[in-house]
Amino acid sequence: MIEGTIAKVSGPVVNAEGMAGAKMYDITRVGDLGLIGEVVRLDGETAIVQVYEDTSGLQVGERVECTEEPLLIELGPGLLSSIYDGIQRRLVDIADEYGDFVVRGVTTQPLRRDRLWKFEAMVERGDEVGPGDVVGEVQETVHITHRIMVPPGMSGRVSEVKEGEFNVDQVVVRLEGGGEIKLHQTWPARVPRPVKEKLNPTVPFITGTRILDTFFPIAQGGYSIIPGGFGTGKTVTETTLAKWADADIVIYIGCGERGNEITEVLAEFPSLIDPKTGVPLMQRTILVANTSNMPVAAREASIYTGITLAEYYRDMGYNVALMADSTSRWGEALREVSGRLEEMPGEEGYPAYLATRLADFYERCGRATCLGSDERPGSITAIGAVSPPGGDFSEPMTQNSLRITGAFWALDTSLAYRRHFPAISWIKSYTLYLDQIEQWYLKNVSEDWRALRDKAMGLLQKEVELQEIVQLVGPDALPDFAKAVLETTRMLREDYLQQFAFSDTDAFCSLRKGYLMLKVILTYYDCLEEALVQGVALRQATEHPIKNEIARMKEISSEEAEERISDLVERVQSELRSLSEW
Amino acid sequence: MSIGKTFLATTEYRTVGEVAGPLLFVSKVKGAAYNEMVEIRSSDGSVRYGQVIELHGEMAVVQVFGPTAGLDVDKTNVRFRGEVAKMDCSANLLGRILNGMGQPIDGGPEVFPEEEREINGSPINPWSREEPRDFIQTGVSAIDGLNTLVRGQKLPIFSGAGLPGNELAAQIVKNAKIVGGEEFAIIFAAMGITRREASFFQDSFARSGALERVVFFLNLADDPTVERLQTPRCALTVAEFLAFQHDMQVLVILTDMTNYCEALREISTAREEVPGRRGYPGYMYTDLASIYERAGRIKGKPGSVTQVPILAMPDDDITHPIPDLTGYITEGQIVLSRQLHRRGIFPCIDVLPCLSRLMNLGIGEGRTRGDHRGVADQLYAYYAEGVDLRRLVAIVGEEALTENDRMALKFADAFEQNYLDQKDENRDLEQTLQLGWNLISMMPKDSIKRIKMEYVDKNYNPDKAQEFTASES
Repeated sequence: MIEGTIAKVSGPVVNAEGMAGAKMYDITRVGDLGLIGEVVRLDGETAIVQVYEDTSGLQVGERVECTEEPLLIELGPGLLSSIYDGIQRRLVDIADEYGDFVVRGVTTQPLRRDRLWKFEAMVERGDEVGPGDVVGEVQETVHITHRIMVPPGMSGRVSEVKEGEFNVDQVVVRLEGGGEIKLHQTWPARVPRPVKEKLNPTVPFITGTRILDTFFPIAQGGYSIIPGGFGTGKTVTETTLAKWADADIVIYIGCGERGNEITEVLAEFPSLIDPKTGVPLMQRTILVANTSNMPVAAREASIYTGITLAEYYRDMGYNVALMADSTSRWGEALREVSGRLEEMPGEEGYPAYLATRLADFYERCGRATCLGSDERPGSITAIGAVSPPGGDFSEPMTQNSLRITGAFWALDTSLAYRRHFPAISWIKSYTLYLDQIEQWYLKNVSEDWRALRDKAMGLLQKEVELQEIVQLVGPDALPDFAKAVLETTRMLREDYLQQFAFSDTDAFCSLRKGYLMLKVILTYYDCLEEALVQGVALRQATEHPIKNEIARMKEISSEEAEERISDLVERVQSELRSLSEW
Repeated sequence: MSIGKTFLATTEYRTVGEVAGPLLFVSKVKGAAYNEMVEIRSSDGSVRYGQVIELHGEMAVVQVFGPTAGLDVDKTNVRFRGEVAKMDCSANLLGRILNGMGQPIDGGPEVFPEEEREINGSPINPWSREEPRDFIQTGVSAIDGLNTLVRGQKLPIFSGAGLPGNELAAQIVKNAKIVGGEEFAIIFAAMGITRREASFFQDSFARSGALERVVFFLNLADDPTVERLQTPRCALTVAEFLAFQHDMQVLVILTDMTNYCEALREISTAREEVPGRRGYPGYMYTDLASIYERAGRIKGKPGSVTQVPILAMPDDDITHPIPDLTGYITEGQIVLSRQLHRRGIFPCIDVLPCLSRLMNLGIGEGRTRGDHRGVADQLYAYYAEGVDLRRLVAIVGEEALTENDRMALKFADAFEQNYLDQKDENRDLEQTLQLGWNLISMMPKDSIKRIKMEYVDKNYNPDKAQEFTASES
């Protein structure tokens, strides 16, 4: 072990002398309290350490120990439904042992040692195995089978296989030549886990939120950002996605956000039932919580801790969703540490390497063929919240993220002010995945899905133009056909796009239900146009009581949707047509 | 455990090498600790305090709380106290007036501390937090009905120069009560406010008989800037002590956070740090979070810390870094409007940009009423529509509007005059909700989309809306 002494303390940055031999990103224990830190710069024999904990009380001359290992993440059964801080310390254990406040210098084991797991081997003595090959399984939760894999870089012939119950430290498979496979493996957080090949995304990532699934869908293995000023609903959108999104595993990183929000997730997820599997959502979730008042350097690390956990489950062949709320806080942590290191600042004080770091992070997501001879595919879909100062999207975090990500779900303050939620702007948002996943929609939802989607989008765009005219001449001066457009888009906005995240029936909307709802509204529009051609007065058509039924179709559950909304489509047609037959 | 560590050395130095702004550079220092408290005696014998903010070999950079006038480099005596800043906590502090550093200035008896606590505190373990979900009735319709405050929340008031943010806070303090009627202990931290504003609060608390359950921390406009950085931390340390040691319900009023941020910028500039937006330091988000995040509840403990910080938006600009960063940390915001204020509406809350993130947890069946959420959303929808139409009317005139639009316009006016404007009336939740229904009843029944049908059928009553429609025409 390398041992040095503190020479300088400035906020979370400590200079340690006499550290010859220390490597970049090695974990160090700083001072008599043993605060955890990471080497971020080397200058001769001086190591500059960013400390993950509050540095109050450190003195010049106290010792600094270098563990000569980078920040390692423990990966194995027992991760699911856990809550960790930014450097993978179990918050539950810290609370049990040290009380309600997070004290300094404590370490915990990320995986519990006292729990035994039933290991079922899938290889036999004499089998030849390589990196990523599955040697056995552990039933981690009711629905998630934890695959025990040969760690990257290890291969050989199996010399011993054990069966029975083990804790994560025990060896279950031995290889000739001394290779040992335990129930857990470790991996440095800042290094991407290898895959065989990156794949093109073709399957949509179903979110259950209508505006996203219809207008701005992303693919499994895609990445998207949600930027928005405060109060526009970033966190609500992130948690809604974490709840309902179509993923096997959800990693939720609370990066520099509110403590009470994490509490909300913790209180809510165990009681919410996953509609697909029927077990509580918590059982597929891992939380990484580094709230805004927890140390800033650990906030910087939390993103890497989260993505490493995601990669590990992807390697097993699962579809993982990663929610990062908020990446801006991570960027700010980067900026703060950079400032303390006295680096030359780039735009708005952010370090010049911000874009590179962001790209490195998002490129660890995606769909891939995992290591292992069975060529299983897996994916990580990432959704990063961005908190632009003053809601101004021209700032560096938003702009740098935009250059990398494939979809942009812009939150709009003015929509939030009028309580139109989710406040995702249909004018500013975009997705680049539409063409890749269109085929899937046509096959699994409906043949005319794309046509309907484009038509509805066209109407919403048209509304913007018409509103400009209305601002000048007033709504009465518009021709009836234009009024019919406004009537329809109002319906689209209120009865289709608005979706209450806390509703019992509507928080998750199936693709079919969404499609049918859209069909109702567009049928209404078509019939309205028809009626106008036939000379029916606009008023007579727009005041038809069937409008109230359309307004309440959200409340129909996804199961009943097929029958009841299809019926509504027909009734809209017949009722409105009967007007012109008068 | 590590937190309460004290250091043995309490050494004195006369090796001040440089004084720059509020900073003192002391050389040849051995054994000083980061963030340690320092006593500085100048050549004329006066004493002030400081804190170590950087250590570099044998050089310690000390931030002085108080003016540096009169300090010199050869005679100034610096004593390192061997401990980080602490606050004497005691339930006997209730009813006392303290300075910005937490020392009594009311001439009362000495406070015997039950416990000494480091003022920086430690973050609450997210696992140990209890979900805040108990409704606090403030008596203000725009808050109770539309942006409900709950126990353990931090909900700031975004005020502006000349807007009645303080008056609103005083009214909340006067009327706030939780279900069960338990009274709040109030921690009042003044940062850089004027003597006049401070006495406004003192008088207001005295009138409502709240004085003996208030702890005042006063850092007035002419008190040292740097001291301001300690004031909210001292106050919150006492708040946490009362809430989690003495099981009290604590309401913390911090005013004015803008002055706090100015102080932060002043110090940052003196330290020659790389400035972020508008000259504020890049770590302002983290720094503010270390204050605001000290609100909340803890599992298994009956007490709570609820925060109502007040800040003046410079030039009424909500995108200014101070309100902006605050909004990103706090659980919502109450925004005041100059336009409503000019029209004599009190409290002049501009409900559209307001938000309470924890509202959904604190309302609904079993907490307030089943129709609470729906009524709030419907009022918002109508009011937003009406406000939008006002802009349109200014251009095209009222004649060009449809019948529905005219009703929405009328609704917006009635909403402001009846729902928002309540002067110092203390409305309970039932009154607020009923008023909401009366207003909703102005509008056609089939335009109600945000409320479940069963509630609409029960409460919709156009007769009750007549007072509004009549007064308008």
